[in-house]
Amino acid sequence: MSYIRPKFRHPGLPKNKLGYTIDHYEGSLSTLCAGCGHDSISAGIVQACYELDIEPHKVAKMSGIGCSSKTPAYFLVNSHGFNSVHGRMPAVATGANMANRDLIYFGVSGDGDSASIGMGQFVHVVRRNLKMVYIVMNNGCYGLTKGQDSATADEGSKNKAGSVNHFQPIDLASLAIELGSTFVAQSFSGDKTQLVPLIKAAMKHNGFAFINVISPCVTFNNNVGSTKSYDYVREHVEATSTVDFVPEMKTITTNYAEGSVKPVKMHDGSVIQLHKLDKEWDPQDRLSAINAVQKAKQTGEILTGLLYINEESKDLHTLMGTTDVPLNTLHEEVLCPGSEKLKDVNAGLR
Amino acid sequence: MAGRTGNSKVNDFVVRFANVNGTGSASANFLFTKSIFRMGIPVTPKNIFPSNIQGLPTWYEVRVSEKGYLGRREGIDLVVAVNPQSMKGDVASVMPGGYFLYDSTKMLHAEYIRNDINYLGIPLMEMCNKEFSDPRQRQLFKNIVYVGALAALLDIELEVFEQLFKEQFAGKEKLIAPNMKALKMGVDYVIENFKYPLDIRLERRDLLKDAILVDGNSACGLGAVYGGATVVAWYPITPSTSVAEAFDNYASEYRMDKITGKKNYAIVQAEDELAAMGMVIGAGWNGARSFTATSGPGVSLMNEFLGLAYFAEIPAVLVDVQRTGPSTGMPTRTQQSDVMEAAYASHGDTKHVLLFPATPKECFEMTADALDLAEELQTPIMLMTDLDLGMNDHVSPPFEWDDKRKYKRGKVLNAEQLDKLEKFGRYLDKDGDGIPYRTIPGTHPTKGAFVTRGTSRDEYAVYTEDGGAYQRNMDRLIKKWHTAKDMVPGPQVYQKKNESSYGMIFFGTSTYAAEEAMDILKEKKVAVDALRLKSFPFNQTVEAFINSHDKIFVIEQNRDAQLRSLMMIELGTDASKLIPVLNYNGMPITADNIINQVLGVLSPAAKLSKV
Repeated sequence: MSYIRPKFRHPGLPKNKLGYTIDHYEGSLSTLCAGCGHDSISAGIVQACYELDIEPHKVAKMSGIGCSSKTPAYFLVNSHGFNSVHGRMPAVATGANMANRDLIYFGVSGDGDSASIGMGQFVHVVRRNLKMVYIVMNNGCYGLTKGQDSATADEGSKNKAGSVNHFQPIDLASLAIELGSTFVAQSFSGDKTQLVPLIKAAMKHNGFAFINVISPCVTFNNNVGSTKSYDYVREHVEATSTVDFVPEMKTITTNYAEGSVKPVKMHDGSVIQLHKLDKEWDPQDRLSAINAVQKAKQTGEILTGLLYINEESKDLHTLMGTTDVPLNTLHEEVLCPGSEKLKDVNAGLR
Repeated sequence: MAGRTGNSKVNDFVVRFANVNGTGSASANFLFTKSIFRMGIPVTPKNIFPSNIQGLPTWYEVRVSEKGYLGRREGIDLVVAVNPQSMKGDVASVMPGGYFLYDSTKMLHAEYIRNDINYLGIPLMEMCNKEFSDPRQRQLFKNIVYVGALAALLDIELEVFEQLFKEQFAGKEKLIAPNMKALKMGVDYVIENFKYPLDIRLERRDLLKDAILVDGNSACGLGAVYGGATVVAWYPITPSTSVAEAFDNYASEYRMDKITGKKNYAIVQAEDELAAMGMVIGAGWNGARSFTATSGPGVSLMNEFLGLAYFAEIPAVLVDVQRTGPSTGMPTRTQQSDVMEAAYASHGDTKHVLLFPATPKECFEMTADALDLAEELQTPIMLMTDLDLGMNDHVSPPFEWDDKRKYKRGKVLNAEQLDKLEKFGRYLDKDGDGIPYRTIPGTHPTKGAFVTRGTSRDEYAVYTEDGGAYQRNMDRLIKKWHTAKDMVPGPQVYQKKNESSYGMIFFGTSTYAAEEAMDILKEKKVAVDALRLKSFPFNQTVEAFINSHDKIFVIEQNRDAQLRSLMMIELGTDASKLIPVLNYNGMPITADNIINQVLGVLSPAAKLSKV
């Protein structure tokens, strides 16, 4: 969609600790359809980075190909982005992270990009526990090629052309838990109050933080009979928990009724306040999380919130024993063993 | 004994070992090679192995050459046959007058008896069963016994073996005595039963000076450590696997932080070659030197990413250890058949810089050079080695490193430079050489950020579908390509000025056989000028060499004369001027093969008799 965004900003816009107003975190004009769920998620990322006082140039935005993968241009204009190839963002993000462990990595993907062409890379980036926020903007269809079913389309769901999907859907959230992802959340693009704190918590996680966001495609998959339409999702969303992310100045209020509160301490000292709604389910217990997700599946509900977290997670660099300094800052003195050592090597080969 | 034609062959023969893989023969055979190396005599081993771990035939061929010819040679003087499976072919492979050493524990079948060769029966199994009780030891020492027999037959100094055992078993000294015992069993058997030494034998020389004996893959891994690679991603595939393993080994020795004990490098075994290349590109984009190693099938899978790196202009280094294709082909045999695939990898208009090393020393240097070139040119650089160079040990000049050498990081803007800039344009051709300036993520709070993409964009990295902007970019990329011609290693020209209207061009491992062929042609008074290619794109020297000769023999190890095609495409050379000289049976090309193909054109009467 094309529209002109006014450059004018209210002079009284609040500034964060770095002195930046929220527009400093915005991107260029979105070219996605009006009402696209993806734009709401981009806005959530902008909000989360603004509230957490993130320096934009310390963020890297990674994506593959598809509508969702276009979004890195639409948030954080002062961050480097990499719109790579279809389904291969996890590999590019892995290499980038190996080169510089100090940046915050946002991986933005779609259901086609992650659950079909990129499934191989998705499961392996989970396995390696790469420290990154991995958001799937999940609309159950291929938007950019005009509405074909994707692998996350529910069985029996009807697309705009009226054809019914006969195949089993791939549930990325349960798959991520199954594969050992150390942070798995699910949300809805229309629920910013839940999404923003989830993104913030994900950014503070020391490992792979996965957020599957149901993000309806207004143009190709918002029809009656689709299980990823705004109407259907609103009717079937069941929040497992609300999440407050502290160190925030002001408390985040949510739309959900409060249950028992469970604080989860992150590796950097910040705290996630989990307001659980279901006493049976413990988000720090993988089996219990899998159970909850499977139960919801049977009843056709979409569980949202932080489904599972392992706050003692060790990321790829920790597992590999990489030096604390970003590898891309090392120079010859550290990297090159020099000619004397080479004499030893030569001697050993004679 | 059958008579031999010609005189005794001191330091000039080929020994072939026929073994069963997985029986420990590799280390015994290497011991044989190394002993000749230690005696100062040029030696070149070729491992001819199956795609299998245990139980199939495997051969190890050792050529000894006083004249220093390190290519493969046809015609086997002595076979050590300890594999009943391949016995028939092994008997047939011996040249008339040559020797057949076999395990005589069981009688040799009548069909294996030829009257034009000499048989050296040694009851290897019986001797080992008598002396050693452990079954595994019996197996392993059988190999050492035949090496001992060869020591006596070929006149190898026993002190050399003693020293080699000492080095091999440092820290496990217990093993030295039984190994020496097995070796002497072989020696003694020969002394008691045969006339020795044979007419093929060794004499100590000092021909190797400071040379080293090493395989190309180890050299590539070491070159990457010296060249400053910090991120490595790879997927196991023969024959390239040992490149990544060598990097890891050397890095774990030379790249550990002295205080923290942590690694100043990161290596990931990826889920496939696609991911491996993706990781290399991610790291290159983020300012770390990075490489992957693979073979032809891996390059096929990496095509998509190579196109992205070409178009988005991201440094990447790929070591392609070529093997016999297409498809799985002969995965454990050598070939130079990825030339076209690599040169034009990916869809759309793409061209890639290729380097062609011929020795381990060049593998070392060119891997480090590739890391420089990748950053200077902001594009993938492919090092085109092959199974022969990568996995076989080669006598090579020693590795050298200039401590004054600085890594060439290319046009990367730092925070200060960005501060001074009015507006950063990622794809602007500021210097007129087609190479733009780049920024590394995290450099500056408000300047230099942009979205890297494989889709078209303008000079300021803003997405556009404007045909003019797209075309300007494609034209700049070609300008960069022309700039690359003077940055890549130039060719080696073998004569100061032309001596013939005929020339030959070769690259990589064909060099060994081609140089030997040049000598033999000279002896035959056939003048042919020569040039060895070290890189693609071709520079002025290559073009001038082709233009100043009437006919060019293009020597390469593939069916389709791929390098010849590259010359026709890139230089517009007339097809009839370029005469293909090919070898594509999976074995390294030989000098005899080249000579016969060349003489077939120049003077058919002078062709060599078939060997």
